[in-house]
Amino acid sequence: MEETPHRRRAHTRTRDLERYAGLFAARTGVMRSSAMRDLMAITARPEVISLAGGLPDTSTFPAGTFAAQMTRIARESTAEALQYGPTEGFAETVDCIVEVMGAEGMLPDPDDVIVTTGGQQAIDLICKTLVDPGDVVVCEAPTYPGAVPVFCSYQAETIQIDCDVDGMRIDDLEAVLSRLDREGRRPKFVYSVPSFQNPAGVTMSLERRQRLVELARQRELLVVEDSPYGLLRFGGEPLPPLYQLDGGDFVIYVGTFSKILSPGIRLGWAVAPPPVMEKIVLGKQASDLCTSTLTQYFVREYFSEGHWREYIADLVEIYRGRRDTMVESLREHFPAQATWTEPEGGLFIWATLPDYIDTSDLLAKALREDVAFVPGQAAYVDESRGRNSMRLNFSGVDESEIREGVRRIGKAIAEQVELYGALTSDSSASSASSASSASSASAQPRESDTDAAGVPRPGAAKDGGDVLPFRKTGERGR
Amino acid sequence: MKVAVLKGGRSLERGVSLRSGARVEDALERLGHEVVSIDAGGDLVKRLAAEQPEVAFVAMHGLGGEDGTVQELLEIMGIPFTGPGVAACARCMDKVLAKHELRDAGVPTPSWFAFNETAFRELGAADALSDLEERLGFPLVVKPSRGGSALGVKFAASWFEVPEALVSAFSYDNRVLLERFIEGRELAVSVLGGEPLPIVEAIPSDGDRYDFEARYEIGRTDFVCPAELDEEEASAVTAAALAAYEALGCTGFSRVDLILDEDGPQVLEVNAIPGLTDTSLFPQAAEAAGMSFEQLVEKILELALKPAAA
Repeated sequence: MEETPHRRRAHTRTRDLERYAGLFAARTGVMRSSAMRDLMAITARPEVISLAGGLPDTSTFPAGTFAAQMTRIARESTAEALQYGPTEGFAETVDCIVEVMGAEGMLPDPDDVIVTTGGQQAIDLICKTLVDPGDVVVCEAPTYPGAVPVFCSYQAETIQIDCDVDGMRIDDLEAVLSRLDREGRRPKFVYSVPSFQNPAGVTMSLERRQRLVELARQRELLVVEDSPYGLLRFGGEPLPPLYQLDGGDFVIYVGTFSKILSPGIRLGWAVAPPPVMEKIVLGKQASDLCTSTLTQYFVREYFSEGHWREYIADLVEIYRGRRDTMVESLREHFPAQATWTEPEGGLFIWATLPDYIDTSDLLAKALREDVAFVPGQAAYVDESRGRNSMRLNFSGVDESEIREGVRRIGKAIAEQVELYGALTSDSSASSASSASSASSASAQPRESDTDAAGVPRPGAAKDGGDVLPFRKTGERGR
Repeated sequence: MKVAVLKGGRSLERGVSLRSGARVEDALERLGHEVVSIDAGGDLVKRLAAEQPEVAFVAMHGLGGEDGTVQELLEIMGIPFTGPGVAACARCMDKVLAKHELRDAGVPTPSWFAFNETAFRELGAADALSDLEERLGFPLVVKPSRGGSALGVKFAASWFEVPEALVSAFSYDNRVLLERFIEGRELAVSVLGGEPLPIVEAIPSDGDRYDFEARYEIGRTDFVCPAELDEEEASAVTAAALAAYEALGCTGFSRVDLILDEDGPQVLEVNAIPGLTDTSLFPQAAEAAGMSFEQLVEKILELALKPAAA
């Protein structure tokens, strides 16, 4: 490894730490950092097959196109491209955004759009605008792992609503809203990734979308619709975004170029009702003045060529193949007691294992076999939840690596299942593990309460309506 | 002096090791040494051969760096290194082996059972678990034999939680121990060249014990150094720690973790190469003894070069 020529500043001593600690803002106390971060550091080793990332595949983007566009920018607009830009973003970038949103049936007013440094900044700015310490924010369970630290850093009280295959359970949401109402509290917003959710891979049904939008209207509640993957649909019928159903009165939309073009350009956006947008713009000004001018020029050039839909179509083909490979591999290598989602788009599959398996420990075991995934607890604010689930990414590695990666994880799980069986004389556990080690025996181990895709149907759970794929059946003392 | 700092590696404690290593490197540079920073990987031997350092500072934790593997290589290459030697590292890393050594030497350590994975898979060891209640009582602690930073350590409050805890522990090692849980004060004695430094007490702020995160995050655990102990307690703790250090054959520096209850101190484990990060206990103890981090690093180097002085 290359050593950097410049030394970092000297490390601090304990005494110094105490001195700094006295200066830290209260919110740093709830900012999370964990053992998992250390484990994830190991996943960066080149020999590790990482199903842990959330990386889109940028390897198929034509280098020639990239070079030609950047050259054109240099030739025609060097001075402008190297200059500051407006806080809201360039009108031309907003035109591209309106075009992308139009592809999903949305017609935002360009004045309601702000260009941000990735979708992540949009989430941050929305929190900055709306959330005071102690305010309630509602999101899905599991939720986008990257949203959790944002909510935490604004000291929100985050309430998570369970998902099933049809997305967030709106009946549960209503119950929570009513409870909060009785307590005289109102959430600042409901955060949702309705399409091909990260991490669960599920998509909110049309009926639930309509109910959510209705609820927002009735209760004058803001909904933040985070939709990075909407255009990455491999199958099934497109569903209208919440923003379209609502018309933009109570839905704040967050979009990004990361998954349809490049995450490296750090370009995202938010669309919000004018009074909210006014505050978001002020917040953005304070954060970073404006989004990168250079990459906005790049997007402008890219869209002017008019091939952006074709590139997405190519990505969809690649990802569909990878999803199919991952699902096939899961059927072959995961034990009978495991369940997983089969997403119609996006980048992720969410798998849930028998509840005696802690996926953080499983990750340690898997890393010895040079394979990685994200333990489910990352998707929960309450880290005691999601312990037996995992997020698997299928967009960032090729099909042969997906097969090999899932095989290795499956082997590690099979060993745990077999061991648990030996420890408890649980014959179903041991027989399941022998089934999973036979190559085809576990291809369709599903019971009748699962649909054809092998995903438990909503409401099919036997223990009082618990949401099977996402929750341990009992909270365990830890 | 030309000092190679060995850090990182492939262990699960790679992150902690990189932080320890970086801090040591800074100190060495401030001391005027020539530092060769090595992230221990496939080219370790090649790099050491090429660089020809006068001494190696081993800032590695966990398997590979703290279990005698790297120490063995350094011995073969004739490069003096910091911390304990091959045998001591191997004994400390393997908690089951260490506990046997401690018991044989008359050093108090909580009673335990150890099992190999094969014992459960092939020899029906599960049937022996029913004796646990009588012999160890509940709650009990389940640990991988070779693991650090409390990774894979679980509590079982009742018999029913044992299988799940075992599955977790076996994720880290094919040997685990089930240990009697002792409710008491968590103490650490840092031993530098055979001499004890002031005792550190760790008080978890949210009531969690053995929590990986609490150990490495500022604000999650309160550390008191020197620990508030009466003279009798302090000398019993120090004596137990030094006996453990001796029994396992440590040299240079190591940290002994103990638990203190009304029956006196009991040794939980000895860390052959304790963490040297911003939040680690060893540097805190040194500071309490009036020793700066640079002085600590210099002393550790000195002990590596003059082992007889230890």
